[in-house]
Amino acid sequence: MENINSNRRFIITGLFILVLLIYMIRLFLLQVVDTSYKLSAENNVFRHIIQYPTRGLIFDRNGKLLVFNQSVFDVVIVPNEIKAFDTLLFCQLVDIKKEELIQKMREAKRYSSYKPSIIIQLLDFKKFSLLQENLYKFQGFYTQARTIRSYSSPIAANLLGYVGEVDTSIVNNNPYYASGDYIGISGIEKSYEEFLRGKKGLKIQMVDVHNRLKGSYKDGKFDTIAIVGSNLITSIDADLQSYGEKLLANKKGGLVAIEPNSGEILALVASPSYDPGLLVGKQRTKNYRKLSLDADKPLFNRAIGAMYPPGSTFKTINALIGLQEGVITTKTVLPCNGGFRVGSFYQKCHHGGSVNFIYSIQGSCNAYYSQVLMRILRDNKFDSISHAYENWRNHLLSFGIGRKLNTDLSNEVKGILFTKEFYDKRFQGREWRPLQFVSMAIGQGELGVTPLQMANVCAIIANRGYYYIPHIVKAINQNDSIDKRFYQKHKVNINKEYFEPVIDGMELVVQSGTARSAYFQGIDICGKTGTAENPHGEDHSIFMAFAPKENPKIALLVFVENAGFGSTYAAPIASLLIEKYLTDSISRPYVEERIINTKLNIE
Amino acid sequence: MERSSGIFKRVDWGIILIYSLLVIFGWINIYAAVYNEDYGVIFDISQRYGKQFLWISISILLIIIIFIIDARAYEFLSYPIFIFALLLLVAVLLFGKEVNGARSWFEFGGIRLQPAEFTKVATALAVSRFMSVHDFRINRMTDLIKVAALIFLPAALIILQNDTGSALVYIAFVIVLYREGLSPWYLILGFIFILLFIGSLLASLYAVFFVLPILAILVFHFMYRNIRMTMIGIVMLVLLVLLLVINGYFFHYDKLKILVTGILVSLVILAYPAFVKRIKHYWLIAAVLVAAMAFTFSVEYIFNNVLEKHQRTRINVVLGLEDDPKGVGYNINQSKIAIGSGGFSGKGFLQGTQTKFDFVPEQDTDFIYCTVGEEWGFLGTSMVLILFGALLIRIVVLAERQRSKMNRIYGYCVASILFFHVAVNVGMTIGLTPVIGIPLPFFSYGGSSLWSFTILLFILLRLDTTRMDNF
Repeated sequence: MENINSNRRFIITGLFILVLLIYMIRLFLLQVVDTSYKLSAENNVFRHIIQYPTRGLIFDRNGKLLVFNQSVFDVVIVPNEIKAFDTLLFCQLVDIKKEELIQKMREAKRYSSYKPSIIIQLLDFKKFSLLQENLYKFQGFYTQARTIRSYSSPIAANLLGYVGEVDTSIVNNNPYYASGDYIGISGIEKSYEEFLRGKKGLKIQMVDVHNRLKGSYKDGKFDTIAIVGSNLITSIDADLQSYGEKLLANKKGGLVAIEPNSGEILALVASPSYDPGLLVGKQRTKNYRKLSLDADKPLFNRAIGAMYPPGSTFKTINALIGLQEGVITTKTVLPCNGGFRVGSFYQKCHHGGSVNFIYSIQGSCNAYYSQVLMRILRDNKFDSISHAYENWRNHLLSFGIGRKLNTDLSNEVKGILFTKEFYDKRFQGREWRPLQFVSMAIGQGELGVTPLQMANVCAIIANRGYYYIPHIVKAINQNDSIDKRFYQKHKVNINKEYFEPVIDGMELVVQSGTARSAYFQGIDICGKTGTAENPHGEDHSIFMAFAPKENPKIALLVFVENAGFGSTYAAPIASLLIEKYLTDSISRPYVEERIINTKLNIE
Repeated sequence: MERSSGIFKRVDWGIILIYSLLVIFGWINIYAAVYNEDYGVIFDISQRYGKQFLWISISILLIIIIFIIDARAYEFLSYPIFIFALLLLVAVLLFGKEVNGARSWFEFGGIRLQPAEFTKVATALAVSRFMSVHDFRINRMTDLIKVAALIFLPAALIILQNDTGSALVYIAFVIVLYREGLSPWYLILGFIFILLFIGSLLASLYAVFFVLPILAILVFHFMYRNIRMTMIGIVMLVLLVLLLVINGYFFHYDKLKILVTGILVSLVILAYPAFVKRIKHYWLIAAVLVAAMAFTFSVEYIFNNVLEKHQRTRINVVLGLEDDPKGVGYNINQSKIAIGSGGFSGKGFLQGTQTKFDFVPEQDTDFIYCTVGEEWGFLGTSMVLILFGALLIRIVVLAERQRSKMNRIYGYCVASILFFHVAVNVGMTIGLTPVIGIPLPFFSYGGSSLWSFTILLFILLRLDTTRMDNF
């Protein structure tokens, strides 16, 4: 055994020699015989040139250009190629201090002496052309073109979002991005980043030791072409958006307008806002810091990110749920007598005697809806109040309250609508009492909704029971290629016939109810006012409306912080927007003037 | 006890010479690969070449320590060292630092250590000790499984660190087992399965299933010359081909299904004469054939589900199935250009361009051979291979002259591990093996790898000095 095995030393040694011999033959072929690698023997080296595609353009629903690209130029140096140069001339040409230049060059050299580094960013075209003429005097200096975002008018900043340089965590987690690349950071720029950015290309070129171009490597076999970003057609109506921003200027709040039969967002305003051109190019960092420190939070998209109590606009939903659950009918008459009293509990109201269904909406009766919610929660169909609550909550969820709508906007919040389990835990086995929830009857208490969510509720009512998920992008590159979910019809759990009486009530709200300030001749507006109690100051003014009554074209929600009654500001603003959108004219310039000149609680 | 002057006389100066040449040449090439004109001194500690000098100095210290320690200690301490090494592997999984996706480093004050490098030494010692016990029989299944477990345990822990390359090195121990009498059938079997793996990736399943029974008949015929059985086999095969030919005209079954069913039916039919004539080999070959078919079926599954994407890409690139211009294929291409551009005598020291501009990845560690190829040409690359060849042959000579079985086995462990590293590392730079990130011994930048190879080699030299001692 031992002897046989010791012969194996020769097989093993043979294996070692054989493999090394094969390698030597291969090396001989590679290094001596094959001349195709000798190209490089002439000291050719490769240079990887990344081809940056231009970012997609953004249009409004009528084809008006909102966001486009503008060329700017970077100055790049390769430190070990730099020869002595006229520093003064260079500094004059690009308008930079000598100390700064020396500092930048030192940094570049520390990074690498043979790789290019950017030393001056975002040169405008004038300076660029001056420099380009003189570039031959500066060896080792190069220019490269890049594009930055530009805006045709200073609107929709929060909606469009902005673009900025990627940070290290993105570079580490996403192989597409390299340090120095740009990425959408908020708004549409963020949520449609993958469409807008296009695809980077790579050119591999051969350069000799003097950095002279020697053509492309292997005839471009390994090159990839940059693919231009897709253009987006948004559902925004630029005129309406701009008008909305004008009306909400100098006030805090938000408004969302939706085309009910498609879910397309026509306008989405958060006020205060800012000029999107501020967050572009050289000034971006400085301006961003300034905006983020502003006490009025102009960077905060209130229309989708702020939660408010919905106030009396919420009564419409309770009315619908009450009808659907059969706890009231359109003939139900309930007592008001100036308020709703149970024991020591007192919900203030202002109607004498009894109130019928239509009038409960038209006159926004607190007592009526307190009793409706009591009936919903005490419904005999359910074995307990907690189950009745759960059923009520499910209705609300189907209206999109208390959950994210899953729109194509980033930073959408879900609002507040607590679960049954949450209350079970809070009550700790103690009995559920309907009075604990009575504030929610009139849209107060433990409820938080975003203007977007309530605008969607308004669209549901306008549609008599269904909605499409609100969305901001209508088409990508002319095709109807947006996500499938925006084409799906979502139905709420309320029968169609229950909507009509509620809508009749909403019509009366504007004609002769709480929102006569929204009335104008010619268009049949249905609306509902809301005044959300604000423990921190003046109440919030809310108005929800759609028009026309039949075949509605627009549904919207206007929210003005600390503006008092819904009818004071929110209703006229909504009515102006509707008039503007449907008739493209304004018949009541005095109303417009009053709104524009109002400055509310703003720094 | 031996005197220290005795050690000097008995130590193998040939190996020390080759070792020194490799280490110094490696250092020079690291200098060339990361050369930075602002820090031109080769001892500059802020640069990698300066650090490598430090690692080399520490290696000399380690060599002295290895020679001071009593040679018998390496035998007595082999198991404790092995257990300690395993504990280190577990510890690095829990507390280690992640670099390039592999959690295989300890960091102490700026110095990184990779325990997996040192585990090779510990495993070599433990395997040699275990196999040198006098009642150890390698072809006894229980003993073989025990040795295999000894080898797989560290390898498995290293795979858990996500460092598959370092784990693959443990395959090298097969050479040691072979030297110690492992039946060549295991190796042939392993070889067949590797061929099947590549075959089923390159060709269609159908083709592989066609070749397999032909191979089986051939093997059977040469092992056991029974004309009748061979004839039956051939007839069955011809029938199967006919069946496949008429398949298209008269009926339409899946060709692969017909083939597989046909082969299985043939095996059952042939089992009768094999049983009557008591032909043992038939069962073996039939079993291997079925296993091979099952394996081939599973290759695709293994390939797509067990291997990770970068591993698949590396295999595909070597097999020429995939072009990966910016990734692995590009790297191999760059590496080949760097080596190929060196020509016969190279561009000269520090004159390389390919290896200086970051075109070649890891140019001072895993791809250091490119710098040799570019700056020293074919003369340099073949010189390095000849040095490694001489080292390996010398180690085998050393191993064979040991009286102690443990020392001999350890010698083969050293040779096998070095061989695997050289073969895979050089192979990947010239596009002959997949890209597996393991260092070129004594050459690549890095303390852990230099120290572990130094320890590995010099323990053998230390053991060798005692070859004439009586035990």
